[in-house]
Amino acid sequence: MSSLTTPPAPQPGAWSDQRIENWVGVMLRTGVMLAAGIVLIGGILYLVHSHGPRPDYTHFRGEPAALIHLGGIAHGVAALNPESIIMLGLLVLIATPVARVVMCIVGFFFERDRLYAVVSGVVLAILLYSLFLHR
Amino acid sequence: MDASWFSLILLATSVLAGLLGALSGLGGGVVIVPVLTVIFRVDIHYAIGASLVSVIATSSGAAAAYVREGFSNIRVGMFLEIATTLGALLGAWLTTRVPSHAIGVVFGVVLLYSAYASVKKHEETHTQKPDALALRLKLRGSFPTGPGAHEDYVAQRVPAGFSLMALAGTLSGLLGIGSGAVKVIAMDQAMRLPFKVSTTTSNFMIGVTAAASAGIYLRSGYIAPALVFPVMLGVLLGSLIGSRVLVRARVRTLRLVFALVIVALGVEMIVNSIRGWL
Repeated sequence: MSSLTTPPAPQPGAWSDQRIENWVGVMLRTGVMLAAGIVLIGGILYLVHSHGPRPDYTHFRGEPAALIHLGGIAHGVAALNPESIIMLGLLVLIATPVARVVMCIVGFFFERDRLYAVVSGVVLAILLYSLFLHR
Repeated sequence: MDASWFSLILLATSVLAGLLGALSGLGGGVVIVPVLTVIFRVDIHYAIGASLVSVIATSSGAAAAYVREGFSNIRVGMFLEIATTLGALLGAWLTTRVPSHAIGVVFGVVLLYSAYASVKKHEETHTQKPDALALRLKLRGSFPTGPGAHEDYVAQRVPAGFSLMALAGTLSGLLGIGSGAVKVIAMDQAMRLPFKVSTTTSNFMIGVTAAASAGIYLRSGYIAPALVFPVMLGVLLGSLIGSRVLVRARVRTLRLVFALVIVALGVEMIVNSIRGWL
């Protein structure tokens, strides 16, 4: 059982919560800007290529398989399909919080906080399950 | 309407929604879903898909700014993310099973509650009372109270907070929102954490929680790229502008005005859902 004292002030250069958070903050911002950039390129291509009437979103039909599966999206990006490029940007975006959890696992590991390395590992497992395994 | 015009109007509307979400502290998702369904007549499944993506973008985009302030608590956040991600899995699964009008009614109720929570005065109830479970889980910390001054806190009632977080996650997965309002209640009311610690930690958690439903939304075809791109870019831009303005604006008055807008949208959503228009 831990005592009720404040944790010591973080040493410069040592692993600390604040250092993990700063590191994570920079990564999140970079990830979002990268994702937004890719989505913007896809969006501009979409606007250039689209001349028809507005797509109908009033009834739910679901998206075609080419825009749902990784292989289909990769194929579309190679063919410079605007909607596939937007999807690629969205995948980068969805990956940023996942990367955040991975960085926390590494950070807690170096802080020698086994409990929280495991807690972060559980969160990562739930995320990976929902992204890849859940039907 | 031409497809390009539709995208540009969506972009402009989403900037406003992001601005409103940031200034009211409610988040972009709570605003964009009713706007898409009520004004643009978009099916609620596409609307929550677009919203969920925007929620991830704003949460991650704002993170760097919050980190600098030194309020957020990564251990509290990470521990409670077990509850929110499991809840989000359940919520996203429910979305694929529950009829649209039921989702609309739940959404309306959450809007009304969020509006109420955003104007309600909050009392600081944080404490240093040693709670055995919280100490074992290291759910404590200190936050800056002034230049060079810090105050310690220890979380209380961990099981209650954890359960409320599971509910927040379920709502997030079901409605494609960050459900920041419920997350803050769980930390600030149930666990008696300082308000600033609760709001900044909640922002960090929103991205991870939303990512837990994103895969299910993607596979269910809720994420329509041509609809999502103006919404995501707009909400992100709006919320970044909003967080800059927030420093200078008179928040209390703004919040009241926005709360009224949210109430109107919430009532509209409930009425539309019951009449079967969504």
